[in-house]
Amino acid sequence: MTVTAAKKSRRLPDLSRAPVVDEVGVNERVARFQSRSIKKSSKVEALKLILSMIDLTTLEGQDTPGKVQQLCQKAIHLHDSMPGLPHVAAICVYPTMVGVAKEALADHDIKIASVATAFPSGMSALKVKLDDARMAVKAGATEIDMVISRGNFLGGDYRYVFDEIVAVKEACGDAHLKVILETGELGTLDRVRKASMLAMSAGADFIKTSTGKIQPAATMQVTLTMLQAIRDHYRDTGRMVGMKPAGGISTSKLAIHYLVMLHETLGNAWMTPEWFRFGASSLANDVLMQLLKQSTGLYQSLDYFSKD
Amino acid sequence: MATPGNKLAFDGGWGYDPAPESTDHIDVKSRYGLFINGDFVKPEKGKYFDTINPATEDKLSRVAEASAVDVDKAVKAARAAYRGPWGRMKPAERSKYIYRIARIMQERACEFSVIESLDGGKPIRESRDVDIPLAAAHFFYYAGWADKLEYAFPGRTAKSLGVAGQIIPWNFPLLMASWKIAPALACGNTVVLKPAETTPLTAMKLAEVIADAGLPPGVVNIVTGAGAAGAAIVDHPGVDKVAFTGSTNIGRMIQKSLAGTNKRYTLELGGKAANIIFADAAIDQAVEGIVNGIFFNQGHVCCAGSRLFVQESVADEVIAKLKDRMETLIVGDPLDKNTDVGAINSTMQLDKIQSYLKIGQAEGGDMHQSSCTLPNKGYWCRPTIFTGVSQSSRVVQEEIFGPVLAIQTFRKYDEALTKANNTPYGLSGGIWTDKGSKIFNMTQKIRAGVVWANTFNKFDPTSPFGGYKESGVGREGGLHGLDAYVKLGVK
Amino acid sequence: MSADRIAVAKTYKIYIGGKFPRSESGRYFTLEDKKGNIIANICRGSRKDFRNSVVAARSAQLGWGEASAYLHGQILYRIAEMLEGRREQFVAELVLQGVASRAAEKEVDQSIDRLIYYAGWSDKYQQVFSAVNPVSSSHFNFSVLEPTGVVAIMSPDDNSLLGLVSNIAAAIVGGNTCIVLASETKPLCAVSFAEVLHASDVPGGVVNILTGFRSELTEFFASHMDVNAVIYCDGGKAVAKTVQVLAADNIKRVIARNRVNWSGDAANPYLIRDTQEVKTTWHPIGA
Repeated sequence: MTVTAAKKSRRLPDLSRAPVVDEVGVNERVARFQSRSIKKSSKVEALKLILSMIDLTTLEGQDTPGKVQQLCQKAIHLHDSMPGLPHVAAICVYPTMVGVAKEALADHDIKIASVATAFPSGMSALKVKLDDARMAVKAGATEIDMVISRGNFLGGDYRYVFDEIVAVKEACGDAHLKVILETGELGTLDRVRKASMLAMSAGADFIKTSTGKIQPAATMQVTLTMLQAIRDHYRDTGRMVGMKPAGGISTSKLAIHYLVMLHETLGNAWMTPEWFRFGASSLANDVLMQLLKQSTGLYQSLDYFSKD
Repeated sequence: MATPGNKLAFDGGWGYDPAPESTDHIDVKSRYGLFINGDFVKPEKGKYFDTINPATEDKLSRVAEASAVDVDKAVKAARAAYRGPWGRMKPAERSKYIYRIARIMQERACEFSVIESLDGGKPIRESRDVDIPLAAAHFFYYAGWADKLEYAFPGRTAKSLGVAGQIIPWNFPLLMASWKIAPALACGNTVVLKPAETTPLTAMKLAEVIADAGLPPGVVNIVTGAGAAGAAIVDHPGVDKVAFTGSTNIGRMIQKSLAGTNKRYTLELGGKAANIIFADAAIDQAVEGIVNGIFFNQGHVCCAGSRLFVQESVADEVIAKLKDRMETLIVGDPLDKNTDVGAINSTMQLDKIQSYLKIGQAEGGDMHQSSCTLPNKGYWCRPTIFTGVSQSSRVVQEEIFGPVLAIQTFRKYDEALTKANNTPYGLSGGIWTDKGSKIFNMTQKIRAGVVWANTFNKFDPTSPFGGYKESGVGREGGLHGLDAYVKLGVK
Repeated sequence: MSADRIAVAKTYKIYIGGKFPRSESGRYFTLEDKKGNIIANICRGSRKDFRNSVVAARSAQLGWGEASAYLHGQILYRIAEMLEGRREQFVAELVLQGVASRAAEKEVDQSIDRLIYYAGWSDKYQQVFSAVNPVSSSHFNFSVLEPTGVVAIMSPDDNSLLGLVSNIAAAIVGGNTCIVLASETKPLCAVSFAEVLHASDVPGGVVNILTGFRSELTEFFASHMDVNAVIYCDGGKAVAKTVQVLAADNIKRVIARNRVNWSGDAANPYLIRDTQEVKTTWHPIGA
């Protein structure tokens, strides 16, 4: 599909007809995912897959080139004493740090994601947001994580939010667009579902739960609701959209539950870093500890894993 | 609307390794006697029968086959306990004994779940998360009623009935035993209970718990056996009350054979529940409700949502999503923690289900089954749905008691209601819609004892359960469940 | 009564679906006083009369069951008003059938009061017998009473009016419709009571009253597949057995009212509850 054809096909869906979501039913379904028992080789396979899906993230006001360089080193050398480990999917940084990351990751197949559009609040003029995104892409970001304008969304101005995403998508050029719904500010699963539909129709390549700056960040309930929206979008249009839960996923056990949920909701086609990411900073070490435990039989200590 | 090309793929790729629950802590004796008057005793005629694991067809144990003589002993023991220590005991003390049973069951929950799954074929996830905790909770709930009965029946006195003869089915063995025994004891009665022929083991374990709890001998007697033992209980002149859960046909026979006696009775019988999905429902949760309604416990559930009615405008979407969801159901080893659908309880039941699959197809129904592989040994049935069936189809009218769903569509509200009520049964029903006033309207008009709105197959000790019409007489659970075990008098 | 006027005798008919037909069978039986004088010819209701009554009761049940509790109360109160207005007629009929006049007056008065009593329960029994159940999951769960449906009643011989009125009032105040077999030995008041019902805004089919031989009709009352509950008063062991065996074909609720003290304890809401079903409803609590 050419860019113009894709743009033309983008229409704001009638969100008054969006499917409703029953919270208790979602909780029950999530409990079923959590009751799955993942052992032995299926666990090792899951842990490696999780590593490969991580967007290793640092998004702090105190970030420096030094900090970002260290994180990139971690992305490349997760735990070199363990052979056969995959590398993470991407590094996720602020636009001003994209150049640093690009240099640090020069010869490696690790993507560079950058939050843009006045992250995390999104409270700025569209022009500023577009410049923000363009700057990040120009500096070498291959993925842009934008935030939606939650105020406009909650106020019912879906058109504004939709047009903004379309514009950012255009500004991204070839870079992949992840649209952050900031579900912790949306309040209900019904709105999560609506926002997901809106973002996908506007051209999002990925939809993402959270900035990590607002509590609650990613939850399984919210992620399930978004996965179901992705599935329906796929059924309706044939277009696959990726999913990225972000914030608060710091243990292997929880990440495995997410993987189970993905597996049983969207099936195999989505079980790759191309279509699913974890936005996380401390998850990688926990996964590494679990992998080492699986191979040695010994419970691990964080003292043996690099903290960056 | 779903387009046929955009299918999801759930096969191949990442899968779950076996995660079997350990059985090494389980103590199943090679032989069980009858639990009469506080002791395990040999059956008078010395007969025993095998109880097998339906997932492997392996023998688990041999249990005694009670004859009328054994039942007579049990009833006499129950009578003596009723006239003696139990009848004379202060209600508050009675209450503490029942609490003890609840506590010991909680402590031994893991053991109970494993045995329940071994003996009955149900997934360990269900016996662990549903059957056993609910069974203990029932004892906990009713224990507290023992010394508060005067508050349950305003303007009336409530007195115990005497000896309760109780006959339970194989689909929720321990849970049904608890539903029967707990309120009976709380109201001051003594009990002779007969578990189902194919699932006697957790009842035998319950007998151990009752002995451990120190209940006076004879308060609870558990006799194993088949139909003849059940009939001996129903017909015994020393029984004051019969409580039965099982098929409508047997219930009918019991009601007839009690005719002319002064015995009280409650019957929890069959069902063919309608589960109605409106276009404005939360569709993804409704699909989950459909799955929970018909595939929970292999569909061996009297209140199963076995008749699905979907509003035409969403029928394709709902059925497509249901088929996807069926692909993710894991069928197999009941002891595996990831199993969603376990073994069919017995070869007899499997034959019955399979005969209905043939009938459904012969009637012109379009049968779809999930593509899962089944173990070589044991009794199995894939999750199954029929579309293209109508009210006149036998798979729509008759209780199959298996993982078999009959799907029809409807256009308007009143059409759904008419079809939902167009059955001699009236145990349960389900309705899915986002509109509050429609929920209240529908839940009032569905002629059934339990109506789940935007949910299905939920149970709780505080919540009365029981049927309208041919689904039974009386309620179990909650305050209303006390009624079955008391006679009311004028204050 | 002056001698130069010929009195007009009353024809005692049955009451089905709000109409007063003669028995479909064309048969009758003769009611005599103690001295053997003929009081009246009474319809000998047949199985087809019963069948027609069930059809009438079934078609009336949905509307009556969904009528408001307030309306049920209003209509029962109205029945009492109408009965009060015809008090003397009912006393006279009881006396004619051999009841002592003091006892007859008492029975009619109590019947009127009984209607008032049950009229008052219409919007209260639900509050006494329902429950909100504190389930441990995130659901709102409540149990309410709903009418069993169509109730077949074989009313008692002693207290032919009060027993009849108590049985009917307790059944219909809870939204059931009924078919009632009048006392065989004292049927007059039952027929006259049908006229009272007819003048009291009770929708046709809600109460259907038959006269006839209990020995002939019992089996149909107990066996009809579209009847949800059967009440028999003062049946012996044989009747009890027959009723229960036949009732089992559709798992009818069987209610025995033997040796009831109609003038005393028959005033209680547990009589209403006898022909009610408990319905439990679940709904998630979420956002």
